[in-house]
Amino acid sequence: MATDTTTAATGHVSPIELEEVGKCVDSHGGAVGMPQLCTDWMSNQVFWLLVTLVVIFVVLSRIALPRIAGILAERSGAITNDLAAAEDLKAKAVEAEEAYNKALADARAEAQNIVAAAKADIQSDLNKAIAKADAEIAARSAEGEKVIAGIRAGALESIKQVAKDTTKEVVAAMGGKADAKTVTAAVSARMKG
Amino acid sequence: MATETQGVEEAGMELVFHPMDQFIIKPLFGDGPVGMFTITNTTLWMALSVLCVIGLLVLGTARRSIIPSRIQSVAELCYGFIRKMVEDVASKEALPYFPYIMTLFIFIVFSNFLGLLPMAFTPTSHIAVTAVMAMMVFLSVTILGFVKNGFGFLGVFWISAAPLPLRPILALIEVISYFVRPVSHSIRLAGNMMAGHAVIKVFAAFAPMVMISTGIGLMVTPLSILAITAIYALEVLVAFIQAYVFTILTCVYLKDALHPHH
Repeated sequence: MATDTTTAATGHVSPIELEEVGKCVDSHGGAVGMPQLCTDWMSNQVFWLLVTLVVIFVVLSRIALPRIAGILAERSGAITNDLAAAEDLKAKAVEAEEAYNKALADARAEAQNIVAAAKADIQSDLNKAIAKADAEIAARSAEGEKVIAGIRAGALESIKQVAKDTTKEVVAAMGGKADAKTVTAAVSARMKG
Repeated sequence: MATETQGVEEAGMELVFHPMDQFIIKPLFGDGPVGMFTITNTTLWMALSVLCVIGLLVLGTARRSIIPSRIQSVAELCYGFIRKMVEDVASKEALPYFPYIMTLFIFIVFSNFLGLLPMAFTPTSHIAVTAVMAMMVFLSVTILGFVKNGFGFLGVFWISAAPLPLRPILALIEVISYFVRPVSHSIRLAGNMMAGHAVIKVFAAFAPMVMISTGIGLMVTPLSILAITAIYALEVLVAFIQAYVFTILTCVYLKDALHPHH
């Protein structure tokens, strides 16, 4: 009430006056000066600050920080394990590739062997067939030659006969008497040429 | 009062500036005096930040998945960020103190960000709060320094890299700066938080200008709303950076305690 009357009288109250009286709030509930400097309120703030800090500290050191440290350790462990597993799998993949390459080379070599064997087989078959064909051809040609020789001999004989007969006729026609022996000798002599 | 602001008088309204009212400590229930154990708005917002910490770091990580959910990866990010900071700035021997530093960081960062909600209260804008934290850091680092190094801890003031005649002068400067540390450490955080919030409130007070005087208001109101947006964006940045700065300075002080001979 006293401050109200002074306000009415002077229109202005010095904040220092009020602070000296131990008041930090004016009659309208507004701040007088800096509320930060009001000593009446400090013990309250300090008390609650200490309570707050203790609560936060207990929560952090008992629950939160060990838990987060655990999570981070677990995660880095999991990552390390995964990396090791990946390394393993990679080695296995390399191994598998080597085995595959080896199998491929083996198969290729075998195929080459098979091809070579087949080639040799075919070659020998071919040679055999050629030899057989050659022999057959030789036999046939010999046979043909024999036939040709026979024919030739037959033809010569026929010509001789024809020539003898013709000569005998010719001689008879000309009034001579053809002696068989003489005609044959003459024809043979002529044919020898 | 009336003669000073003619335009205001015509509309029967005036601009109201109470940028500091947001920092008043009020009892949450009732209207009595604020004692040491009274439940106040500070209590509420500190409790909310505790709930957020539990939500993020405890409930968020409850599933312990190898492939983290979004909230779990944020929690892991916080953990990794501060742990790496402690390790890089204050060396590996500082890792046993990591939970303390994490407590400070996570409390400051949540107070700062929750304080950016409209109608919120920011515990870290009060020097009483930041000073207690800064003094805790200062005292524990100093005690730790003497426990770990004995009187060798005083080597932190004796710069052996400097030429000998300069060393006493440097030692004096170092001693002064050492004792100023808690002051700058606490005022930096509280000052940044308070200034940003107060500036937003000042611009907010200009925003209803259009209802008082249409002519000036058409210019002032959009400008002040734009300014609030811009300052708010800046404050989001500051909220994180100041938590980061407080934490990294704690690490630097801790490094001095563990390795006083630079």
